[in-house]
Amino acid sequence: MLYGNDFNVIANVSKVIYKTKHINSQLSKEKQNNKTTMTNDDIIQVKDLTKQFGKFTAVNHITFNVKKGEIFGFLGANGAGKTTAMRMLCGLSYPTSGKGLVAGFDISKQQEMVKKNIGYMSQKFSLYEDLKVWENFSLFGGIYGMNRKEIKDRTDKMLKELNFENERNAMVSSLPLGWKQKLAFSLSIFHNPKIVFLDEPTGGVDPITRRQFWEMIYAAADRGITVFVTTHYMDESEYCDRVSIMVDGRIDALDTPQNLKNLYSAKDMYDVFLYLARTAKRS
Amino acid sequence: MLKHLIIKEFKQLFRGGFIPKLLIFMPIAMIGILPFAANQEIKHLKVTIVDNDKSSVSEKLCEKVSASKYFTLTEVGSSHRQAIKSIEKGDVDLIVEIPDDFEKNLVKNGLGKVQISVNSVNGMKGMLANNYMNSIINEYANEMKEKYSTQQPSFHAQVFSIKPYYLFNPKLDYKIFMVPAIMVMLLTLMCGFLPALNIVGEKEKGTIEQINVTPVTRFAFILSKLIPYWIIGFVLFGFSMFLAWLFYGLTPVGSVFTMFIFVIAYIIAISGFGLVISNYAKTMSQAMFLIFFFMLVFILMSGLFTPVASMPQWAQYIAAANPLKYFIEVMRMIYLKGSGLSALITNLLAIITVAIVLNTWAIISYKKTN
Repeated sequence: MLYGNDFNVIANVSKVIYKTKHINSQLSKEKQNNKTTMTNDDIIQVKDLTKQFGKFTAVNHITFNVKKGEIFGFLGANGAGKTTAMRMLCGLSYPTSGKGLVAGFDISKQQEMVKKNIGYMSQKFSLYEDLKVWENFSLFGGIYGMNRKEIKDRTDKMLKELNFENERNAMVSSLPLGWKQKLAFSLSIFHNPKIVFLDEPTGGVDPITRRQFWEMIYAAADRGITVFVTTHYMDESEYCDRVSIMVDGRIDALDTPQNLKNLYSAKDMYDVFLYLARTAKRS
Repeated sequence: MLKHLIIKEFKQLFRGGFIPKLLIFMPIAMIGILPFAANQEIKHLKVTIVDNDKSSVSEKLCEKVSASKYFTLTEVGSSHRQAIKSIEKGDVDLIVEIPDDFEKNLVKNGLGKVQISVNSVNGMKGMLANNYMNSIINEYANEMKEKYSTQQPSFHAQVFSIKPYYLFNPKLDYKIFMVPAIMVMLLTLMCGFLPALNIVGEKEKGTIEQINVTPVTRFAFILSKLIPYWIIGFVLFGFSMFLAWLFYGLTPVGSVFTMFIFVIAYIIAISGFGLVISNYAKTMSQAMFLIFFFMLVFILMSGLFTPVASMPQWAQYIAAANPLKYFIEVMRMIYLKGSGLSALITNLLAIITVAIVLNTWAIISYKKTN
């Protein structure tokens, strides 16, 4: 019910985007209909990944693969364990047990190598508010070892794409939330990572900005960046190539949105989600 | 990588406008005002004299007491009981009671008795009041001796006097003793506690997560946080030396170079301490509470106000781990006594040991992955 109204507003917009994306993803979807196996195409490979905090099992033996170039939706109710799982994949948190390979590196031993190959946009807005727009780009470019010219060229290009050229010298704190989120996303793919992890990137953002945001995600995916995204907006999950739904720390469903709808004879992802989330024992 | 992080820190520090203001006003306030406030000389003690004798001899004693800069004669009490009441109300700090046959006994037997009652709720103040009064009465007894011994051979008012000669701070100016120690406090705040608050601030805003998910090494991140404060610490120290000269005409007797060796060692030690705090505090308020707590322990156990040597043995053991203690000692010795490096080598080793322990602890306890 929480997303009900929002969903209707978005539904029309989503169809437009979905159509354009549909052609692109047609090919990959056919591939996905075959049974998923571990291949070299899998940029994320997770087996029996578990995280316990004391007696509480936040993530409970999850197993899945994400293919190169895919937009992978990672859904689940609040507290289902999405953020914990994502933090393990990013090398921010040690798994209690199980294995995970991200971009070919072990997430429990080679965190620093994982970090070189990923971009991450956290739930909290995480740009430096007291730095200017270009200074944020320059800082993170520098952190990933880009030289001054690379940073400058890429900043110019990204600001142009975002239509933010006039805001280059603006203090980040002075920008509206939607703009900040778009900036944070640009920053998370600034260094051309292999994978980008987005933790509820569109929370609190207006429908138009959300649409623009997804256009940016598609553009990134077209450049070959794998997108791993969590969201609470079910219309957004329809834009993903494949979707997994977490309930109580487990992955209870994983397939293309279309297959999931067929499986649960639901008219949209919203119903699929409600059907699964209601089985949750944790509240 | 480090360069970009340091540029970022400097921009953030100076953009807020808070740090630049702090840099100017904090030293002025601390060096200009605190030495006066932290003065341990006690002046203007309120005294009541109960003069039961009312003779010319007792009158002279009253005059002598009220002429002293340490005492203010608030009232001439009529009775002991009434004077005690004034003490209970807090109107009076001490009572001098002169018995009714004071003059008679003094002239006849050469022996005068005076009773001093001191309010010693504040033990330190009470003790000082007693000492001051004793010395006034002794002085008075000396005068009496000179006056009467000629006419009265049996006169034997017991008097001896010690004339101390104070080295290094000949005027016993408390301010000169305090200023070098206050410089240490400034460095502690600026290089120890500010970076800690800065790091916890990033934790609270969530920006540290963005850094933790990048390939920035722990070492680079920590250095990028500390280097700006180290530089600021140096500038601040120079500025406070200038202020000490401006306000009190105080310049170090010893070598400035030796002093800066200690400044470097101390800055590293105390910023290590700040880092340890920042690694354990999750929020700004937790960090603030920890800082308040340790600030009090550091100050009270450093010899800033009370000498460490007069603390009980177990407290001295605790103080032995306090980097402030060593640095305050060093600062006073260099500033007032002009001690050289060879005399201070144990202190240098102590500060370096503390620096190594704290910084190792800081690097181990900072985790990019948890």
